[in-house]
Amino acid sequence: MVVSRRGLMAAATSAPVLMRASDALAQGVAPRRGGTLQMMLTPEPPVLQIGVNQQGPTLAAAPKMFQGLLSFSSTLEPMPLLAKSWTISPDGKEYVFALQEGVKWHDGQPFTADDVVFSIMKFHVELSPRARAIFSLIETCEARDPLTVRIVLKQAFQPFLLMFDATAAAMVAKHLFDGRDYRTAPAVQRPVGTGPFKFVEWQRGNFIRLDRNEEYWKPGQPYLDSIIYRIIPDSQSRRLALESGQVLLSQASDIEPFDIPALRQRANLDVSTNGWEYFSPLSWMELNHRVKPLDDARVRRAMSMAIDRNFVVNRLWFGVGKPATNPVASTTRFHDAGARLAAFNVAEANRILDQAGFPRNAQGVRFTLKHIPLPYGEIWTRLSEYLRQAMRNIGVALDLESTDAGSWARRVGNWEYETTINFVYQFGDPTLGVERTYVSTNIQRVTFTNTGGYANPQVDALFQRARASAAAAERQAAFSEVQKLLVEEVPQIWLMELAFPTIHDKKVRNVITTGLGVHKSFDDVFIAG
Amino acid sequence: MELSKLPGFLLRRGVKALVVILAIVVCNFLLIHAAPGDPASVIAGQSGAADERFLQQLREQFGLDRPFHVQLWIYLKGVLTLDLGFSHRQQQPVWLLISERLPATLLLTGAAFTFAVVAGVTLGTLAARRVGTWADSVITVIALTFYATPLFWVGLMLVLFFSVWLEWLPSFGMASVGADLTGMAAVLDVGKHLILPAATLGLFYLAVYARLTRATMLEVADQDFVKTARAKGVPEGQVIRRHVLRNALLPVITFAGIQAGQLVGGSILVETVFAWPGIGRLAFDALLARDYAVLLGVFFCTSVMVVLFNLVTDLLYAVVDPRVEVEG
Repeated sequence: MVVSRRGLMAAATSAPVLMRASDALAQGVAPRRGGTLQMMLTPEPPVLQIGVNQQGPTLAAAPKMFQGLLSFSSTLEPMPLLAKSWTISPDGKEYVFALQEGVKWHDGQPFTADDVVFSIMKFHVELSPRARAIFSLIETCEARDPLTVRIVLKQAFQPFLLMFDATAAAMVAKHLFDGRDYRTAPAVQRPVGTGPFKFVEWQRGNFIRLDRNEEYWKPGQPYLDSIIYRIIPDSQSRRLALESGQVLLSQASDIEPFDIPALRQRANLDVSTNGWEYFSPLSWMELNHRVKPLDDARVRRAMSMAIDRNFVVNRLWFGVGKPATNPVASTTRFHDAGARLAAFNVAEANRILDQAGFPRNAQGVRFTLKHIPLPYGEIWTRLSEYLRQAMRNIGVALDLESTDAGSWARRVGNWEYETTINFVYQFGDPTLGVERTYVSTNIQRVTFTNTGGYANPQVDALFQRARASAAAAERQAAFSEVQKLLVEEVPQIWLMELAFPTIHDKKVRNVITTGLGVHKSFDDVFIAG
Repeated sequence: MELSKLPGFLLRRGVKALVVILAIVVCNFLLIHAAPGDPASVIAGQSGAADERFLQQLREQFGLDRPFHVQLWIYLKGVLTLDLGFSHRQQQPVWLLISERLPATLLLTGAAFTFAVVAGVTLGTLAARRVGTWADSVITVIALTFYATPLFWVGLMLVLFFSVWLEWLPSFGMASVGADLTGMAAVLDVGKHLILPAATLGLFYLAVYARLTRATMLEVADQDFVKTARAKGVPEGQVIRRHVLRNALLPVITFAGIQAGQLVGGSILVETVFAWPGIGRLAFDALLARDYAVLLGVFFCTSVMVVLFNLVTDLLYAVVDPRVEVEG
């Protein structure tokens, strides 16, 4: 027997839609058709074909052209997109998606279940490490008829639906990729999707232009005539462009955190940090456990206690973001508020290090560690400078070595570092975005795996239990236990739940309505007159 | 200059240039590959998720799994047939990426160069003729200020003044995107966008030319042949133009030759501050992304231009001052 969750999903998903409509009405603004939305994209992505490239800017721009089967609300409930409804069997193994009718690719070909099967089983499995890890659980994936896709898993996997957002597994056209090298196919240069905006022009180093898809499957949408992404490499120039109204919207790391307070003062701008719930990036001071004494949990605990996370959030990030409390961000499912890192306490940290047998030398230094600041902008250098001060208070000397992005990725990937800074997306569920940093089976010589080399059989077992279970309650129990264990072990020193500000002119409406924020399709975004 | 010597001169210089350029290409290749990290690890580092197979696939696709000397040989063969390779990161041939950016760079650097030479030499001449007066002092102070001020700061101040306060000029970009301008309106639009970056880039060189012209003109003005010219009654304007300026121009040409060689390289700073889609930024982004082929391509074009302009400069010496002979 198959239990239909259609009714349940409809109830869950109609609420935000209704709220959006009433918001607009309350302000006396009906959606207005027309207008060009000028925004920014930083840094310029190498290609816009999602899947071939999975960098942040591509994930933000591509969903205007490409769509997933689902999207997600700010509480990470699935909402219909290219799939208008879906059912899940009671054992959690069988998923059946019913597709929207009348959807066409930008080249006029119909979008069918064959495209879905191709996208999932071939395109993303070949290209994307994230999809590869999850979709390897699929036993069969078939097109039952042109508008129905049936997927059977080898074992139940509760976070499975989270993989169907455009940023995780966008639908791509089978007729443009099948039988070709996916990375070099002509469509990579001229993206063709089902989304509300069509690719028109890309002058590298200058701008990307997308125009309204007149054949879009949602009646009456999109409202905007076009979206133009300007490429502005200098952060001060980006701030000026926003302040002077030359662009109407900034996203992700377009604007440096230290510029936010001034922009908050401007009456015409709206500053929001919502819309990152799906990604929930968590930052930490990354430790290489192969370097002594970082293999000692007491040392890691003491280092963690030496850091004033409120200072980091309020003085460095100007209140954009939240102090981290444990390895699971508070916006990710299964976060346990009861598992908390030991509070900021320099005296106690010093006592722990004294007891652990790390006396200070004549210069007051217990031991010295090398540290690579994250080369992604000035704010990260400031963070590392703060950490050097904080560590000095407990007699730990940090030697800062500057690198660029290429060297950073290579050295972290090859485990050639002692400490650095890192931040990682959580993708809504600890099995998808947290587990990878702590389980010993994922110790690999590549970034965003367990590069620190932390290994603990108990932690491995708990993550495995949560992964294999189909019951949310059982998963919660396992995740709660692992969070309690990890805040004692402190394998990485979590610092902040990052938030990226979306700043836009108040006349741009409906910008953040889901847990994907600026990564949504923008089919409902409009510019009020 | 004796014209009969010219073909031999060009031939000898051509052979030398070829050797120099090939040596530069090899050096560049070695240097770039000596930087830690490769394009595959950069992409993995920016993708938010990766596994070892992902890295392996990228390295195979980029040809990084081949032995180093094979990679160098493939690249050299390409350069010799004027094939600059393929950017796997951007999925485009390198010559296409460069040729997309070259017009923007040439427009910016060309405008800045012309502005700097014309205004610099004029101001320098003016200062030299009025040496010791208030006009000389004003010009010297201005020249010194721009000579000593960092480019990006000048750029930001110009933007603050002309874009933010006065709202006369746009603060970034090369054209109004989305306005769909055509004809004269489009040219004027690009012109408006060009003023601030070209001025920023040109002001430093303007200062150099002004100071150089003033100094050499004063030096030449004291020499006997100038006194002789004045003594035989040549009008002052002619003395300055024919006798002083022409002799004083040699150092200016030397310097202009160096600057012209850099025209193609663009200016990373100015292109970054003004979001000008030129070649300097292409090279800078390629460096950060370890996009070897693009970076080597830009270096190649720049070195060819430097060699070429050195040659032109040498020929120009002979035109301006017939006493100079061309020698290979």
